[in-house]
Amino acid sequence: MASTLHIGLRPLPTLVLVASLVLLPVVLTAVDQPFYIVLASRVLIYALIASSLNLLIGYGGMVSLGHACFVGAGAYTTAVLVHAGIGSAWLAWPAAALAGAVLAAMIGAVSLRTRGVYFIMITLAFAQMAYYVVVSLRALGGDDGLVLPRRTGYGFGLDPHADMTFYYAVLGVVVLLMAGLRRLLNAPLGRALQAIRDNDVRMEAIGFPVFRIQLAGFVIAGATAGLGGGLLADLNQQVSPSLLHWTQSGTLMVMVILGGAGRFLGGVLGAAVLLLAQELFSDVTTHTALGIGLVLLAVVLFAPAGLAGLWRQVAR
Amino acid sequence: MPLTLLAEQALNGLQLGLMLFLLAAGLTLVFGIMDMINLAHGTLYMIGAYLAATVAEASGSFVAAIAAAVVGTAVIGMALELTVLRPLYRRSHLHQVLATFALILIANELVRIIWGAQPIALNMPAALSGPVELAPGLRYPAYRLVVIGVGLAAALLLYVVVVHTRVGMWLRAGASDREMASAMGVNTAWLFTAAFGAGAALCAVAGALLGPLLAVQVGMGENILILAFVVIVIGGIGSVRGALVGALLVGILDTVGRTALPALFRALASPEVASEAGPALASMLIYVLMAGVLCFRPRGLFPARG
Repeated sequence: MASTLHIGLRPLPTLVLVASLVLLPVVLTAVDQPFYIVLASRVLIYALIASSLNLLIGYGGMVSLGHACFVGAGAYTTAVLVHAGIGSAWLAWPAAALAGAVLAAMIGAVSLRTRGVYFIMITLAFAQMAYYVVVSLRALGGDDGLVLPRRTGYGFGLDPHADMTFYYAVLGVVVLLMAGLRRLLNAPLGRALQAIRDNDVRMEAIGFPVFRIQLAGFVIAGATAGLGGGLLADLNQQVSPSLLHWTQSGTLMVMVILGGAGRFLGGVLGAAVLLLAQELFSDVTTHTALGIGLVLLAVVLFAPAGLAGLWRQVAR
Repeated sequence: MPLTLLAEQALNGLQLGLMLFLLAAGLTLVFGIMDMINLAHGTLYMIGAYLAATVAEASGSFVAAIAAAVVGTAVIGMALELTVLRPLYRRSHLHQVLATFALILIANELVRIIWGAQPIALNMPAALSGPVELAPGLRYPAYRLVVIGVGLAAALLLYVVVVHTRVGMWLRAGASDREMASAMGVNTAWLFTAAFGAGAALCAVAGALLGPLLAVQVGMGENILILAFVVIVIGGIGSVRGALVGALLVGILDTVGRTALPALFRALASPEVASEAGPALASMLIYVLMAGVLCFRPRGLFPARG
């Protein structure tokens, strides 16, 4: 191991994971379960969004309860662009990321003055403001949201409405961004972010611009969540204010902690487990939330480091 | 805007503010003393309303309904504290948020199983259903006046208990320095359970009183929980006085804003702008207030800890 700070992924398991994700739709088509390709796309998108929140909570120590507003900003940006006749994913997705980044810069500039519980609450307050803006603007469809008449296109004669094509586009984006995220965490900025999480006063004292570093982390997470929102808008071909509702922010937080905050694949694991569990429970009973709630409670009480930590707990 | 309408809205705001205070007082004490984020506080409010509706339906007496809701919710609250929440005190806020979020999911689903997904009815006592003429031209619902009265009485009682009794002194000591209070011989374990029970009882009072005015339904707790959190963050976490000031500010600003802002926009701009921007800005008003307070006073208006 190069350094205890180094966030590594062992090459072989990583390769196996990515290869199985690449092969997944082929297998699903072969066993005639194409419905699950859409579910897999959804899991991948939420894995990306949860990972961006993990960057804040797990690595930056910034417990934000307003992350859904960046997702919403990205989703609505994509939807509005499609309605305005701009149908290229090459434009719409970066625009979604940009929308998330701009909103995060504004919210972060104010919120990062506060600490602890007050930070949780002020991010929630801003997200609620964004929610009410979206609900009330008739141009954004109000309570009903907007329907995307078609998904954004990729060119090269690819059809974004083919589930498999869309899945691979999402997979490409997610793998690329996760690689970027890992690179960031091992770069000086990422190291400084983690050091601030552990002791912000000391970092300030030895001359690091704490506020600017945290703001940079906040903006990067916002941009990533915005991009995730753009992908979600394409997946559902529909956006609605419920994307920005505070329970969405809560659910994203649940994904991160369930998977393991501050563990690189924590967000991915949490998103996968939560969405698959919802799918599983909904086949058995209409009272899905009861099962999810009990599982969550058990995880918090008995596996405080999340599922990624439980793995280590058992292995030890 | 006519003066009577403004007076009516101010009374409505006072009523909402006092009910918010009942919720926020329990929340801020739990938060201040035990350093515990309890998202499930709104759930206790929901349970109180459902218990009240059930007892009112069975017995026909509104007073019996409130009494049963208070006792039942306090017992449920203390049972929750003893079993699930106690192991969480020493954990990070993150774990507390997650665990109590799980409690919300579980409680909502259990309520749905027991009472069904449809809102249930909780009727106000027939004797109080008419209006009262407060001033010439100002008629105000009698029931809302009673709600204001009960809210004021509860706030006064809480003030006396917190400021003038030994238990109140322990509570304040716990909120300002938990470990020192414990070292000076305060039985904090007992205090926590009692404080939690009292907070749950206040939730039940608010739930039962607001039940006839708002809908008794699954999810009612979450909406008001957010408002209660806004209140205690504005007031300063752990401070009962801060909770009172914050609750009245939020209650009056929210209620008056919903009437005044659209009227203001109608006067300044076109009716279309008023009908679109007015309600949105009114909903945002309290969050703007909270962001503004935190910007200039990052620890709230009345910080409990020095």
